[in-house]
Amino acid sequence: MEAIAHNAVQADPWRGFTAGNWQNHVDVRQFIQLNYRPFTGDASFLAGASERTRKLWDVLGELLRQEREKGVLDVSADRATSITAHDAGYIDQSLELIVGLQTDAPLKRAIMPNGGLRMVEAGLAAYGFTLDPVIKEVWSKYRKSHNQGVFDTYTPEILAARKSGIITGLPDAYGRGRIIGDYRRVALYGTDFLRKERQQLFHELDDAVFTEDVLRQREELSEQFRALDELRQMAAKYGFDISRPAVNAREAVQWTYFAYLAAVKEQNGAAMSLGRIATFLDIYIERDLTAGVLSEEQAQELIDDLVIKLRIVRFLRTPEYDQLFSGDPTWVTECIGGMGEDGRTLVSKNSFRFLNTLYNLGPAPEPNLTVLWSTSLPQGFKDFCARVSIDTSSIQYENDDLMRPLWGDDYGIACCVSAMRIGKQMQFFGARANLAKAMLYAINGGVDEKSGAVVAHGFAPITDDVLDFDTVMARFDKMMDWLAATYVKALNCIHYMHDKYAYERIEMALHDRDILRTMACGIAGLSVAADSLSAIKHARVHVIRNEAGLAVDYRIEGDYPAYGNNDDRVDSMAVWLTETFMNKIKAQPYFYRNATPTQSVLTITSNVVYGKKTGNTPCGRRAGEPFAPGANPMNGRDVHGFVAAGASVAKLPYSAALDGISWTASATPDALGHTAEDRIANLSHCLDGFAAAGGFHVNVNVFRRETLLDAMEHPELYPQLTIRVSGYAVNFVKLTREQQLDVINRTFHASL
Amino acid sequence: MLQHSVQMPLAAGQPTGYLHSTESGAGVDGPGMRFVFFMSGCQFRCQYCHNPDTWKLHAGRQLTLDEALDELAPYAGFLKFAGGVTISGGEPLMQPEFVGALLRAIKQRYGLHTALDTQGFLHAGISDDWLAAVDLVLLDIKHSDPARYQLITGQPLQPTLDFAQRLQRLGKPVWLRYVLVPGLTDGADDISRLADYVAGLGSIVQRVEVLPFHQMGAAKWAALGMAYPLADTPTPDAAAVAAARALFAARGLTVC
Repeated sequence: MEAIAHNAVQADPWRGFTAGNWQNHVDVRQFIQLNYRPFTGDASFLAGASERTRKLWDVLGELLRQEREKGVLDVSADRATSITAHDAGYIDQSLELIVGLQTDAPLKRAIMPNGGLRMVEAGLAAYGFTLDPVIKEVWSKYRKSHNQGVFDTYTPEILAARKSGIITGLPDAYGRGRIIGDYRRVALYGTDFLRKERQQLFHELDDAVFTEDVLRQREELSEQFRALDELRQMAAKYGFDISRPAVNAREAVQWTYFAYLAAVKEQNGAAMSLGRIATFLDIYIERDLTAGVLSEEQAQELIDDLVIKLRIVRFLRTPEYDQLFSGDPTWVTECIGGMGEDGRTLVSKNSFRFLNTLYNLGPAPEPNLTVLWSTSLPQGFKDFCARVSIDTSSIQYENDDLMRPLWGDDYGIACCVSAMRIGKQMQFFGARANLAKAMLYAINGGVDEKSGAVVAHGFAPITDDVLDFDTVMARFDKMMDWLAATYVKALNCIHYMHDKYAYERIEMALHDRDILRTMACGIAGLSVAADSLSAIKHARVHVIRNEAGLAVDYRIEGDYPAYGNNDDRVDSMAVWLTETFMNKIKAQPYFYRNATPTQSVLTITSNVVYGKKTGNTPCGRRAGEPFAPGANPMNGRDVHGFVAAGASVAKLPYSAALDGISWTASATPDALGHTAEDRIANLSHCLDGFAAAGGFHVNVNVFRRETLLDAMEHPELYPQLTIRVSGYAVNFVKLTREQQLDVINRTFHASL
Repeated sequence: MLQHSVQMPLAAGQPTGYLHSTESGAGVDGPGMRFVFFMSGCQFRCQYCHNPDTWKLHAGRQLTLDEALDELAPYAGFLKFAGGVTISGGEPLMQPEFVGALLRAIKQRYGLHTALDTQGFLHAGISDDWLAAVDLVLLDIKHSDPARYQLITGQPLQPTLDFAQRLQRLGKPVWLRYVLVPGLTDGADDISRLADYVAGLGSIVQRVEVLPFHQMGAAKWAALGMAYPLADTPTPDAAAVAAARALFAARGLTVC
């Protein structure tokens, strides 16, 4: 390995690659299309973990154990982070093939006050660290943060909506994330090429009319130009010259990782996704394998080593944040597989190697391995995915056949379910609005059912003793208008200020200059709202009011069809809610930077917190009870099995939720089939069936309820037990007890 | 295989049947993921039955052929990829006219794979043509000893063996199912006798499923106010299950 790295300096980095316009202009997709080798075989070529890999993972294992005990292992509280703020750091330099840490030691977290000083202070205090007084002075006297900017502009109604929880999780105190730099560009071109490109793009605007938009863009291009040089300096601290392109597989992995590392050194984003690098890197690996300078074992080692690094990306966050999102999420989402627009599969051997890390290193939530599923994928790959899912519950599936027509064949997933063309598109992350609570506001005339405070002004309550469907629908419609307006205003505040005070310099340096921006709104409580409407329509729902006249509970007389049973009488209501709220968002007069509005049906684990903040609902759900995650049916109400539940979810139109629709399904191994082969074949066929039915996303969990119960009692025995939640995977033992119980109570499909 | 299946007049005089329930997906009732019609009615009274709530025919929901097909329709596209349809029960052969019409309609309308889950006792009531719409028979043989069979089920063994011979004559694929109940069906000699018989059926037997007895049916017996004869019977341990499977495997059968 060492020998390769040294000889490499003289070599032509693009030797053996098919030439194309990608050599003159940044065009990673064209490079991939002209040079990658589709792989249609099975998993038999894969190599296990080397002794070196196992040793390195063991060294880290001990540190991870200490971190689990303390919550946070260490913090670099003495300096505000930047791409170059820290010296080189290692886990064990003698064992590492791919190097680079966020700070100068593994699992030592950086502080990022540009997002908001309050978040930093609260995070430090929670884990027993103190902030350097100089940093405190700088960020309270001389330097404004994103958080301060946002609160300088919020309206009283936004503040009230935020407090009551009808809008929750807004990225107004931390980084918005959900931006994927095209980290591959650094490997393919080196930073010199990319800086020249930025310069050229800058000067193309010299003669433009200097509007605010153009000035902002020029300033941003200058920031990007500088950030690329800081990236080069950071790599130099580790002894690498990334001003030039990578010349071999190891460098390609290392350069790509450096680019990603720079992003996570500087931004505490809600989700810091990686993109779609596996098949890109495979081109370099194939070249080295063919040249006889790399073996399959060594190729796997490179990917194992990279994945080890991705597993220890950390941010300092508050316990409240972790409670909302469970554990310590970073959403290092890597997309694997999919089909090309020309009909060839984009599965390469490296797609297998990435999944194989779940065997070599054991299951883990990060990186968030996301298979882009198509019914046309090669069977060998489908079978391997199914096997890995059954063994590790660590991967999620998203429908490539739905996304490819919209986003092409070089898109990635940011966070959980948000598709974007890599390097050509970003999103303004918008968390989510609570539709179940909005319905309660419709009934109570804008008064919060928990606090009694007026949140939405100018609405009259419904005074009927039995809820009338048409009346509720009319009021609900108006309340959703109010919610959409309040929500989009908040997002405009947030993203204006984020660009101003916490701009993602290095991530945007790895984008085209002119990109598509989406404003990614979201909804929570879809199944609760749909079931409530169904109850009001198909049963009789009596209102129970408190002495102040506030509707605080409901009594249902009769039965109603519940969402999740493939019953159009109620599934149509979930569809109506999704489409209606999207239309109300679209109707808003202004979206910052001309963004295109979209929405997701996704909650991750915040379904627990949303439930906590929402009173009794007309569907019979009790106050405080968790919502179903994402687009899932409510716990226990989907009584016709996995397929019926999936069919209900698949009815939600992707066109009205272009930021993604999340469904989490759990099954016991026995329900999937009698033998290992049966289970693999059945799961693979199910994924085909769900994709063909238009389903967008599914998390697959395969485990026994008893395993989870045991893990609650003996967490020390299950450090790596990983389960999928809405759009994401978590370490089960890092969940709060409430979240653990929620997961266990969620419908276990003992028969699919 | 016989191809001259009878075209059923669907519109006029629609047959009606009694259905206990449906399940939209199951991975253990035939190949792939299955949509399962659990028909009501069974003339057996197996001591270890885990669906005693399906015994009474008229306790089921009466429905027409079209209504039954409507329940399946939303999943037909999925099942084409994922598996097929299994008619189970209860004992589906209690309602041969309705079930036969249902199987033919599933074939005609959706072209899906069909499986019939039966103990075969009532096979005299169906013709060879009737069986043409069945792709796979999940044949449940409760015991190999006629006396013990009678004790467990309340009915004789011979009709089921006759059915097996008939399936062999027709070349109809079979998955044989055997429930392993400690103290009741786990005798090595009894299993060996059955394994010999099944091996004698030849290539129609694609696999043998040894299903460990479980207590999940207990609640249903209680709900029906009936005394459960096997309330204290344990689940067989892994070694016992492996030993039973080995007896089948030793005769060249594919076992799981």
